[in-house]
Amino acid sequence: MATITVKRPDLNTAEKVFLPEVAKGVALTTRQLVKNLFGRKKDIATRQYPEVKKQYPDRFRGRHRLMRREDGQVRCVACMLCSTACPANCIHIVAGDHDDTGIEKYPVSFEIDLLVCIYCGLCEEACPCDAIRMDSGKHPMPSFSRDKQRIRKVQLLDEGSLSIAKQGGTHK
Amino acid sequence: MSALEVALWSLLKFAVIVLGFVMIVATLLTMIERKQSAFIQNRVGPNRAFLWGKGFAPRLSAFVGQIIADALKVLVKEDFEPPMANKWLHRIAPALALIPAMLVWLVIPFGPGPVPGAEGHNYFLIADLNAGVLFIFAIASLGVYGATIGAWASNSLYSLLGGLRTAAQMISYEVTLALNLVGIFMIFGSFQINDIIWGQGHHIGGWLPMWGIFVQPLGFILFLTAAIAETKRPPFDLPEAESELAAGYFTEFSGMRFAVFSLGEFIGIIMTAAIAATLFLGGWQIPWVETPVDATGNPVLGWITVAQVGFFLLKVLFMVWLQNQIRWTLPRFRYDQLMKLGWVYLLPLSLANLFITAAVMYALA
Repeated sequence: MATITVKRPDLNTAEKVFLPEVAKGVALTTRQLVKNLFGRKKDIATRQYPEVKKQYPDRFRGRHRLMRREDGQVRCVACMLCSTACPANCIHIVAGDHDDTGIEKYPVSFEIDLLVCIYCGLCEEACPCDAIRMDSGKHPMPSFSRDKQRIRKVQLLDEGSLSIAKQGGTHK
Repeated sequence: MSALEVALWSLLKFAVIVLGFVMIVATLLTMIERKQSAFIQNRVGPNRAFLWGKGFAPRLSAFVGQIIADALKVLVKEDFEPPMANKWLHRIAPALALIPAMLVWLVIPFGPGPVPGAEGHNYFLIADLNAGVLFIFAIASLGVYGATIGAWASNSLYSLLGGLRTAAQMISYEVTLALNLVGIFMIFGSFQINDIIWGQGHHIGGWLPMWGIFVQPLGFILFLTAAIAETKRPPFDLPEAESELAAGYFTEFSGMRFAVFSLGEFIGIIMTAAIAATLFLGGWQIPWVETPVDATGNPVLGWITVAQVGFFLLKVLFMVWLQNQIRWTLPRFRYDQLMKLGWVYLLPLSLANLFITAAVMYALA
């Protein structure tokens, strides 16, 4: 095996005696202490989290939301493309007949298990209707039960807003 | 005074000094140290446990609240006892660690006593032993028992290793610690702490206070190094090196027992600070201020006395701060480096310091 010779830095006398270096170190920490305690310009890097939140980048994939049509109905047509594309199998859709023959189907229930979701964004890529989006910019929320982590159609729609992308049905 | 009166007075003074000053500073230190380390490392430290909300003085509210929350937490936590531990030794070990640290305060004078040789009573001292400094060493070396017995009684390998390290480290550094005070005894010619402090009231050449730090600069540095090692704090915290030994000698202690161990450690810091302030920083002496003395050699109590007691407390707090600052500046030594530093560098240096002191004193005399 090849041997690597590590070149150690040569210490000068002050460094060998160690005490001057200790004094320098204490001076440095004291400077930082005084600066962070009394100084006008502080170096503190801590963000006070619940009060001050970080601005996420625009393309941050957060919690899902379902978009609406112009009349407020859900845009989802229960085509199952998202739940098929989902690598974690966390999207559960029950489809039902829609009265409008131009739309044909709508989700009777639409559930996403946030504990299973891996936030890959494949569902919003697969969606042909611009119905599911992950641009809410919100974290998965904490809760005290597993059941509350399965978010349902109502909650998903609460986050949703109007989408003006073209879609079938009488509301063209 | 009768023996009973002396005993009652001493108990009262002990209660005032230990409960009124030492315990309070030790409790505050638990929080101050966390805040100090936080600011050194560009953090903010604990600031959430508001005692009376955020409306009035939110920082003070969080400061006091955190202390009370910590105290409540350790009080209600489960007091776990390892099934194979030696129950009695495991139970008394925290007390064994705490009591020596509190007993040292018997001989620390907080204010001026009678001038050396004069008859009188020192109101700021519990017991004016004529072997005061030796008493400090006798008691302080008992501190090793608490840690070692606690470690041994827990029947855990982490604890055992921590306990062994404690014993080895404390015994090694005690030698240096004691030898560096011999220089002080030689210069001031007394073991009695009161006499030593009166001796430090003189001025060299009329302006430089004859403090221990100025007549024994090397001695002070060596003393401080050994004293930090005695308190088992970084950079000498090998006995509890958390990255190697879980928590070292108090791994198997929880709840209030653990808190008593760490309280003993904090009191140890204040104790070290008090000894350093007494023997090296002139105790209650204020430089260039004469202590007023009446005809019998007893100090006249007045505003100067108040200032002197305050000045002593300030010196103690400064030494506490300095120890904390060093603790958050230096990384931990390796175990062989610790032993080498103690025996190969510090011990010969303190012996050399002793010889030089003797030679200089002989030349000056």
